[in-house]
Amino acid sequence: MSSFLSLENISFVYPNGHSALEDVTMHIEKGERVAIIGQNGAGKTTAAKLMNGLNKPTTGDVWIDGWNTKEYTTAQISRKVGYVFQNPDDQIFHHRVYDEIAFGPKNLKLSEQEIEKNVHEAAEMVKIRDLLEENPYDLPLSIRKFVTTASVIAMNPQVIILDEPTAGQDKMGLETLANVIDQLVEQEKTVITITHDMEFVASNFHRTMVMAHRNKIADGDTKEIFWNHAILKEAGVKPPYISRLSQSLGLKEGILEISDFIEQIKKEKRG
Amino acid sequence: MEPIIEIRNLTYRYPTADKNIFTNLSLTIHRGELCSIIGPNGAGKTTLCNVIRGFIPHFYKGDFQGNVTIDGKNTKDLTIGELALKIGFVFQNPFTQISGVADTVFEEVSFGLENMGVEASKIRERVEEVLALTKIESLRDRNPFELSGGQLQRVALASIIVMEPEILVIDEPTSQLDPEGTEEVFEIIKQMKEKKKTIVLVEHKMELIAEYSDHIVLIDDGKIVLEGSCEEVLTNEQVLKHGTLLPQFAMLGLEMNKQGMRLGRIPVTEKQARDEITAFLEYRRRVTDV
Repeated sequence: MSSFLSLENISFVYPNGHSALEDVTMHIEKGERVAIIGQNGAGKTTAAKLMNGLNKPTTGDVWIDGWNTKEYTTAQISRKVGYVFQNPDDQIFHHRVYDEIAFGPKNLKLSEQEIEKNVHEAAEMVKIRDLLEENPYDLPLSIRKFVTTASVIAMNPQVIILDEPTAGQDKMGLETLANVIDQLVEQEKTVITITHDMEFVASNFHRTMVMAHRNKIADGDTKEIFWNHAILKEAGVKPPYISRLSQSLGLKEGILEISDFIEQIKKEKRG
Repeated sequence: MEPIIEIRNLTYRYPTADKNIFTNLSLTIHRGELCSIIGPNGAGKTTLCNVIRGFIPHFYKGDFQGNVTIDGKNTKDLTIGELALKIGFVFQNPFTQISGVADTVFEEVSFGLENMGVEASKIRERVEEVLALTKIESLRDRNPFELSGGQLQRVALASIIVMEPEILVIDEPTSQLDPEGTEEVFEIIKQMKEKKKTIVLVEHKMELIAEYSDHIVLIDDGKIVLEGSCEEVLTNEQVLKHGTLLPQFAMLGLEMNKQGMRLGRIPVTEKQARDEITAFLEYRRRVTDV
């Protein structure tokens, strides 16, 4: 059975001989939201770059919406899969926010009207509509990251990969980001987020994949993942603060967020 | 405690800006304290760091009124060089800070002392000491540009610490690091605190701020809107209205209170949360048993 996005027994070895992934399989459906967690060097970003065709597998196949990425160029695949880099400065190269966001749609040979529409909708979604005339380099890093997010959204890909989207974001940035993910998923887009921010995972993703030592070591319900001590230990990942607290108090398993915690405290009362 | 950084009635406007970023801002930071500056992005946190280290008004011109003194000396009257000896500044992005002229981590960490004209044998001694303190001995012969972000941030911290400034200004040191890298950076900050350095820290990770800070300053739109100890500021719901998060433990305590489950106090750290909730559960058990 083939999924909308699948990695089938993928291995990836960099040209210098460094092996980054070994026999990894992932299946992700249309309209799904998935978090990928794990330490640096575990293979998260390599996996993401296989999904958008920046990397082609050494062995195995990557399928996107019926395409085998080996048979298409990165430019062709980028119409289907958009990747927002961890560091926005690896991505930005225009001196006007509007031009930066319009670059992708222009390359897709969309009409002037469509380009303008896509740019405005994307800017609206990430709440930078007032900044379209600014120079991206005059904006703080946290906002530059939203510029690059809009650039990818404006190309209207079916899959969007966000690499460390919460880094350096304040409360409003985090809220905007959660809202962007909700809207994308409502539009039947697939959103894959690579992150170290476990609170963000707990409140925005039901499905989490854990990567460690070039492998996917777990894939499932976020609640179960964050209470699977063996997996977390193997991956070198700590659960969200509230899960850690619940654990040290000996509360029931599966607590991730403040609301879960309070529900459980209420039950303890009755019990 | 004796004041070390004093800002009095500071009004500042960037050269091309059409309004002031600060108007009549005053702040006192005491010797040996860890003062965290929190607030939404764009509030003026980095500008305040630049005021403290004298980069404003020495490098950024603009309209500057009021007085900023470090150890009683006005920053206007000190040179950038004199200020740099007193105040070490660690950049948000270590790639911006790394000199680019050193082939190894050892040379990079030596760079500041060489510029200060410290004798070679003394440099070696101090660099060795700091490499050990920041746990980067194993990286000594590596090229700084081949390190991971977390490793490079530790090199950046070591390069500043080695000059033994009395004050450290650290602007969002962990925003681009993974949890392990973040912990390593905070381990170094903790050691600097034990050495009684005065530390000014800008950081978004509120649970870590709650763990280490003595003094919290919340700024929003260029104004200090709340100031005090962790317990005073980080339990105050007003912080949320200023676009800033509270530690998860405080959010939990506030929510429990709202739902009629009163804790002795609103916790800000994991340990406080564990103690308060344990006491709460025990109390309730006793009440139910009777």
